[in-house]
Amino acid sequence: MSSARSITAAVNPPRAVYLDYPLGHTTGKPSDPSNQLAIMRDTLAAFEQIDEPGTIIDLDYHWQADDGWKDSVMRPQPGSGDNSTPEHNDTRTERYDTPQYQSEDDAAAADPHCPSCIFLKEG
Amino acid sequence: MHRQAPVDYIQRTKEQYDGMGYASYQWVYNPDPPPFKPLKKPLAQAKLALVASGGVYVSGQIAFHFKDDFSYRQVDTQTATSALRATHFAYDLTDARADPNVVFPIETLKQCDSDGLIGELSNPAYTFMGGIYSARKVRDILAPALADALEKDEVDVALMVPV
Repeated sequence: MSSARSITAAVNPPRAVYLDYPLGHTTGKPSDPSNQLAIMRDTLAAFEQIDEPGTIIDLDYHWQADDGWKDSVMRPQPGSGDNSTPEHNDTRTERYDTPQYQSEDDAAAADPHCPSCIFLKEG
Repeated sequence: MHRQAPVDYIQRTKEQYDGMGYASYQWVYNPDPPPFKPLKKPLAQAKLALVASGGVYVSGQIAFHFKDDFSYRQVDTQTATSALRATHFAYDLTDARADPNVVFPIETLKQCDSDGLIGELSNPAYTFMGGIYSARKVRDILAPALADALEKDEVDVALMVPV
């Protein structure tokens, strides 16, 4: 499943479906189980429909009635103030090398010997 | 109503990186036809595994870090959705934290299992944090490890859910 069609086309997996939603919603809209289920049913059907390696099926769903949300994705945003000009900004979080918990409670609850956390060795 | 073409994230990343004076991002291109195996059995009889790269972990597990973390987590498919967490540096986590099913469709797949669309949902599911800038680590270490795990679990099909 993919919501980044150009990246999936470059990676070229054996079978893919493309969902035209903003990143962070690869499998549907939040708190909308019927939307998520419909998308998954179409996705599962693709396993049996695709017989040409590298096929991407475009699913027939839209995030909103209008695609205007696409205009601002990774594009310069107007700054504040009269003289500000739009600038590209790096909106990603810094790439910390320590575990980044969703909450402090999770950090406290974490098992340091976690058997279901698999750390792979390099090389 | 106005429809636009899919957002071309490769092109927009290039524009953004150029605009910030960063060197171009090196995307993975696999031009050769991908390996392809027909299903061995109808999906309604197949064991399906969920593999998701949105940085989902379970409360009690060690969270992912953001600097080329190529570890993975086994997520018991019986885990309560309220115990699922999401952490990632490169996408807006708001909706994934409100409803993990948007990047880790576990309840959706359980429903499909109940409905008879798949034979069985494999336990555990596998998760990692896909913001790994070393394609080599993914190709040579993480992907083979996950493939081994899926083979050991005797799954018939794997559903990959990137973000």
